[in-house]
Order: sequence, then structure tokens, then C-alpha cells
Amino acid sequence: MTVAVLPFGDAHVEKPRAVLSARGLSKTFGGFQAVRNVDLDVHHARVHALIGPNGAGKTTVFNLLTKFIPSTAGTISLDGADITRTAPAKVARMGLVRSFQISATFPQMTLLENVRVALQRPNGQAVQFWRSLGSLRNLDRQALELLERVGLQDMRHRLASDLSYGRKRALEIATTLALDPRVLLLDEPLAGMGQEDVSVMAGLISEVAKDRAVLMVEHNLKVVSEICHDVTVLQRGEILTTGDYETVSNDPRVRAAYMGNEDA
Amino acid sequence: MTETSLSQPFVGPAAGRAPLRLLAVCIGFAALVAAPMFFYPIFVMKILCFALFASAFNLLLGYTGLLSFGHAAFFGGAAYVTAHAVKVWGFPPELAVLAGVLGAIVIGAVIGFLAIRRQGIYFAMITLALSQMFYFFCLQAPFTGGEDGIQGVQRGKLLGFIDLGQTMNMYYFVLGIFLLGIFAIWRIVNSPFGAILKSIRENETRAISLGLSVNAYKLSAFVMSAAIAGLAGSTKALIFQFATLTDVTWQMSGEVILMTLMGGIGTLLGPVVGAGLVVTLQNVLATSEFPVTVITGATFMLCVLTFRRGIVGEIEAAIVRWKRR
Repeated sequence: MTVAVLPFGDAHVEKPRAVLSARGLSKTFGGFQAVRNVDLDVHHARVHALIGPNGAGKTTVFNLLTKFIPSTAGTISLDGADITRTAPAKVARMGLVRSFQISATFPQMTLLENVRVALQRPNGQAVQFWRSLGSLRNLDRQALELLERVGLQDMRHRLASDLSYGRKRALEIATTLALDPRVLLLDEPLAGMGQEDVSVMAGLISEVAKDRAVLMVEHNLKVVSEICHDVTVLQRGEILTTGDYETVSNDPRVRAAYMGNEDA
Repeated sequence: MTETSLSQPFVGPAAGRAPLRLLAVCIGFAALVAAPMFFYPIFVMKILCFALFASAFNLLLGYTGLLSFGHAAFFGGAAYVTAHAVKVWGFPPELAVLAGVLGAIVIGAVIGFLAIRRQGIYFAMITLALSQMFYFFCLQAPFTGGEDGIQGVQRGKLLGFIDLGQTMNMYYFVLGIFLLGIFAIWRIVNSPFGAILKSIRENETRAISLGLSVNAYKLSAFVMSAAIAGLAGSTKALIFQFATLTDVTWQMSGEVILMTLMGGIGTLLGPVVGAGLVVTLQNVLATSEFPVTVITGATFMLCVLTFRRGIVGEIEAAIVRWKRR
């Protein structure tokens, strides 16, 4: 793990480097300002939660960071490289990989094929139109290991469309992990999961964050309090506050934003 | 839905059906070899040509999810190049076909490059507009012979010694090209590249988020489809010994969509069955006073209303349902 030594008062503390940074990020749809002047640093080996009420602009921030929609203003950098104008597929190849709010799988492909497709490009096996599908068998072991990590190995020959919503989310995470990303962006990864699966998945997110940065949008505040090192609260497209869960949750502005009552 | 055991091989449930498939392929091959003994060879050759054309179109629509409305440009364009190569340059048939395919690749790369940036109906409309431009080019260009087309194209001698002027020789040459084209499509679909195409068709946004440059893959599939459509067009020019404007009209682009949809998109055999049906209807009704297009249109409507997956698509779905019981 590379760390930058930053001055903090008189003492020197080690703070993990910011892998993904955004400065002054803004997005306007017509006359509506969906995201306004967002500054964000996502650090290596830390889980960063992006929370806020519905319509706060969390998914829009995700889409801006992963370049799925162009920003109106601001800059984004990944490991120091400016990616503000980089194409989304290239951003993914650079190691910034996301999941989607509505589970994104390949429905008419088996679970094994879903994960294997993600493994094909990094392994240089995406363009061979003259070879048989059997040539992809060397990826099966790795694909199966990833399915095992999310507990889906026994269903590997089933179609993704046959899975329950929660399991589709698990499959999506396995597919995302197949790219071994430097930064993992998870959009509501625990939505639709049963309580048992939530604990398993939260554990998995903590584990994978040991050697990569994770930014997640999540409504389950219990999980956020348990696994997230940093929390950023968005409201009406603007950052309300950033800090650890304890600090953020005691902020009266955050309470007001969630309760809809200034006196809360 | 069935439970799968951990001991199941990774190749998937299809592995056990291999001998049955091999048997079906052998029967099909034998039927094609014997076909000219029972049917008029030119008629069977025409079916094979259009079956290959529809299969090439299906590679794009069925396996990549792109609806092109301009495939006639590749089919007819290659026919012109082949006819010109034989008649003016004196090419032997094998090189003339190759030249036609190369011509289709060039046209496909240009049209694909311009169209691939848009999706859905916009993509279809751009391909239609560009193929119409190509039609007017063919109408005006000096070497295409305008409305007369290029007539009297000699079939020549394959490899310098097999006289394609003899119908049976020509039939087996066409059969060889058909099988080669179908094999190429089967290989592309069942390859690592084919798996990527399938993922793009299933969920393009997810494919982008996995780092795949989807436009490059789509363009590659587009050019491959154009090349195989060109192979069919070149062969047609040699069978009928002419290349005319009919093959580059928008009606031809529409006809191939019809054949593919009737047979079943996304199935290997569907376009072959669809092409067989349409060409047979055209042939049978050619002498009838009733307009062929009305009958073909009515058959198409019947197919769409009663079995939306197409003939082969419905049969495959029925087999799957029967197996799940």
C-alpha cells in the first residue's frame, strides 16, 4: 500500500492516498442543477459512503465519476491522472469500475458466463472470433472463485434472469470484482438483500476494501456505520458534510436532512 | 429450473447433446448434396445464396442486436464488384468472389463507421440513408451499367480447371461457399468474440462499465456481417451471371429482414428456413397472377402474429419447454 505522509498539526500522521478525487464537480440538466460544486476524495483501502435523502444526486455523482454522463464543470482525477474527458470504457480499463442501482447483469447468460465475460478482456481473450468457446475454459476456475466469494457457485449454470433480486446484486459484485479494480463504486449494493445476505455482503465489501478504494451509495445506515471509514452526505446536489460516521450522524444538519425537520 | 451439481462439467448442459447435433448436421449435409437431383439446381442455389445473406444479416441483428436497414448495399455492391472483376478485369471466379467480399468489407466499414455512433431506430435510419446513397451511386456510376446492370458475366473455371458453366459444378461451388459462410457465422457466434457480442446485446451499459469499447466490437461485427453478405452477393452474380440494381434497392434490405424474422432471429437455422420459405413462395407464385409481395407480406404478418420467435425460434422454444417438464 502506498501512503503519503501528510503534515497534521505538529505531528506527522500517515493518511492513505486519495485514489479518486473530484473538485468542483457540477451537473446541470436543462435549468436544473442536479450536482453542485462537489469535492470528494476516495482513499485507498477505505470504504467511503455517499449518503443522502432520495433525489440528493448520489447516483448522478456516480454517473459523473464513472463518466457515464459528462460533467458541466469540475475535474476528476484517478491516481493523479485527469479523467475528466476520458471515455467510460477507458475509465473502467484504468481501474475505476462501478455497479448499478438497478442490478446490471447479462440476463440470458449463465452466472459463470456473466463473470467470465468480465474476465475475458483483462486476460486478452475478447477479440478471438476464430477460436471456440472452449478456449475460455482457462477462465472458469477464476470465475468460479469469484462466484464462491458471493456464495453463488452452486448456481453457476443457471441463467442470471432466474436469480432473485438480491442474488443479482451479488452476481454484479462478483462481475465487478473480476476486473480487480483500483476503485470500486457500488450503487446501493445491499438493496433488496435479506438480512443474512446483507451481513455476508457487508463482510465481503470490507474484505475487498483492504487493497482498494470503495465508494458506495447505501441507505442501510447500520451497515454504513459498521464498515465505512468516511461518510459524505449529499443534499440537493451539494455536500452537506464529510467525516466519520460518528461525526456525521451527530451533525444537526444531517439529522434535519433525513428527518425533514430543521429542529430535529 | 433445475439444480446443478458441483460435479457438472464447466462446458455446460449442452455437452450431452453433441452426438445428436452431429447426426443432424450429417443429415442436413447429405440433403444439401442430394438436393439438385430432386429440385431445379438454380432454384436451390438461389435459396442457398439468400440463406447465406439472411444468416449474415442475422449475425448482426440476432447476435449483436443491431438492426441494419441497408444490407442490400453489401449484397448488391459485392455482386457489382464480382461481375466487374470477371467481365472487365478477367478475374477467375474464386478471385472475383474474393474481390466482391473485399468490396463489401470496404462499403461495410464506411457505412458501419458512420452509423455505429447511434442506436436503435437512428442506427437503422442511417444505414437506410447510406444504402440509398449507394443505390444512386450504382445508378449513376459508369461501370455499373446503370439500369441495365452488368450482363453476361461468365462463370469461368474454378482454379483454372473446374468449369462452372456446368450447372452441377456450379451447384457444388455454391454449396461450398454456403457451408463456408455458415461455418464462419457459427464460429464467430460461438467464440470469445461472440460471447462479448452477446454481452453487448444483453446489456450494453454494463458491457461499457466492464471496460469494453462497445463501438469497436459493434463495428467489427458489422463489417463481418457485411463481408458474409458480400460473399452471398458475389455468388449470386456468378449464378445468374449478372449484377443489377435490384440487389442494391431498399426492398432487398427489407426482404432480408423479412426472411430472418420469419425464420427466427438469433438462431443459426432460422434465416436459412426463412430464406427457403420466401424464395420458394416467390418461385411458386412467379407464374400466378396474384402479386407475390402481397402473399409474402401476408405470410410475414401471419408469422409475426402467431409465432413471434419465427419458425425455428418457436420450435427451439417448444423443445426447451418440453425438456423442462
